[in-house]
Amino acid sequence: MMPSAHAMLQIEDLVFAYPEGGQAPVFDGFTWQVNAGESWAVIGPSGCGKSTLLYLIAGLRQPTSGRVLVDGQRVPRPRASTGLILQDYGLLPWATVWENVALVMRIGRFYRGKAGSGLGLRPYPREDITARQVDGWLARLGIENLRDKYPGQISGGQRQRTAIARSLLQQPNLLLMDEPFASLDALTREDLQQLIVDLRRETGVTPPGASARGEALDRREGVTTVIVTHNIEEAVFLGQHILALDHAPNTSAHVIENPEAAHAAYRDQPTYLQKCTELRSALTSR
Amino acid sequence: MRRRDLMLGTVSLAGAWALLAWLVHSPVLPGPVEVLRAFIREVPRGLGRHFLVSGWRVIASIALSMALAVPAGLLLGQSPRLNRIFAPIIYILYPIPKIVFLPIILLLLGIGNASKVFIIFLILFFQVLVVVGDQARALRPELIYSVRSLGAGRRALFRLVYLPATIPAALTALRISVGTAIAVLFFAESFATTSGLGYYIIVESWGRLAYPEMYAGVLAMSILGLLLYFIVDLMERRLAPWMFVKD
Repeated sequence: MMPSAHAMLQIEDLVFAYPEGGQAPVFDGFTWQVNAGESWAVIGPSGCGKSTLLYLIAGLRQPTSGRVLVDGQRVPRPRASTGLILQDYGLLPWATVWENVALVMRIGRFYRGKAGSGLGLRPYPREDITARQVDGWLARLGIENLRDKYPGQISGGQRQRTAIARSLLQQPNLLLMDEPFASLDALTREDLQQLIVDLRRETGVTPPGASARGEALDRREGVTTVIVTHNIEEAVFLGQHILALDHAPNTSAHVIENPEAAHAAYRDQPTYLQKCTELRSALTSR
Repeated sequence: MRRRDLMLGTVSLAGAWALLAWLVHSPVLPGPVEVLRAFIREVPRGLGRHFLVSGWRVIASIALSMALAVPAGLLLGQSPRLNRIFAPIIYILYPIPKIVFLPIILLLLGIGNASKVFIIFLILFFQVLVVVGDQARALRPELIYSVRSLGAGRRALFRLVYLPATIPAALTALRISVGTAIAVLFFAESFATTSGLGYYIIVESWGRLAYPEMYAGVLAMSILGLLLYFIVDLMERRLAPWMFVKD
């Protein structure tokens, strides 16, 4: 069956159990769909399989059975047009902020000649990323003055800005985030959540370095985002759709609609608090 | 290490040496000035050549051991299957004092450079191999995941993650092993050879009771050790600059 034109992510009858664990499956007959341009939050108790789900989508784990399709294709290995931002430890400690962001450019050049083009299953990153685009993203993320610093010299928030810049430099159409702000203080966390909202709005177009040179826009739809979080407020603020996972095994997708999310002013509205309460009771009643 | 501190350390040691020489008052322990004179006199008369021979041997051993142990350690560190095969062999071989193989190595490789280079290589190889392997295994999976998610395959991971991640550990192993390497070189050169500082100290000087010359040889060996230490230091600063940044 051909996937729908707008489906960015299709998970069908997914069964996944850790081969090394010998335990019950984390997902058993799980089906879920994400359309292009949507913003999703995945929430659930520790050990429910939130991160596992993200790694399956990222191509870092393979399903025991069933299908995981990204942009209509299976993901036997990581796909360069999927961005992945982790909680921590994602930056190379021996590379400066600039070098960390430019890593995707370096990997692209490393495999020069092998890379395909287009936005489909692209195991190799783009070859056409320029140093100017790196500079552009550093400036957009407000970290251009840290370009020569090493990750060990900057704050957690600045490290995550670096990780976000790096992910966006590869011009992803799917951005996966695994508790990206969990280790940050409350204000920095809110600041970065706001940044994600702003970037979602902006990244439907083109990277800052490219637009400066008047390059053709190569994406029309906004980036699809899936953020895994254990924080109810974060899920409500960022997820227009919230997938609530339960203790393993997860057999069905429990989705809470939250259409007002992913707007800058949402946090100050009464509906935001109502939705937080609704999500909290939905999670505790299960 | 600051240059001023290094100078201060050298002067203090020379002072202590002079005091000891004055107290012992025996030709077996000449003072630093006399040794320095002998050193300057002896350098053009053969000590310089012996120094170069020893230096070449130890640098060749270091280069060879790094060139082979770093990739081997990386392979073992990131391939659990290879590690399962080789770990028990390394576990058994690692603690064996490799110097005991010297007679066999001399028989097989002769008394020239090859046997000296090989014995030091053997010692350094295992030190670097074990440390690099441990370091590669200790890399956080999150780091590997995030770089793989950028499109890096095995080759790019080797070059961009595993190699830089293990450089500091390899250099630390090297720094610790340099002393051992020179001690082994001294031992290997002290018999069945015709060149090198070990030969100069034992056969040419000690053998004919020429104590100032013998100490000049000891001084040359110390300079060689210090030079190698400097080189490792310099390599660390060049190859692992992030280790030296301040918060």
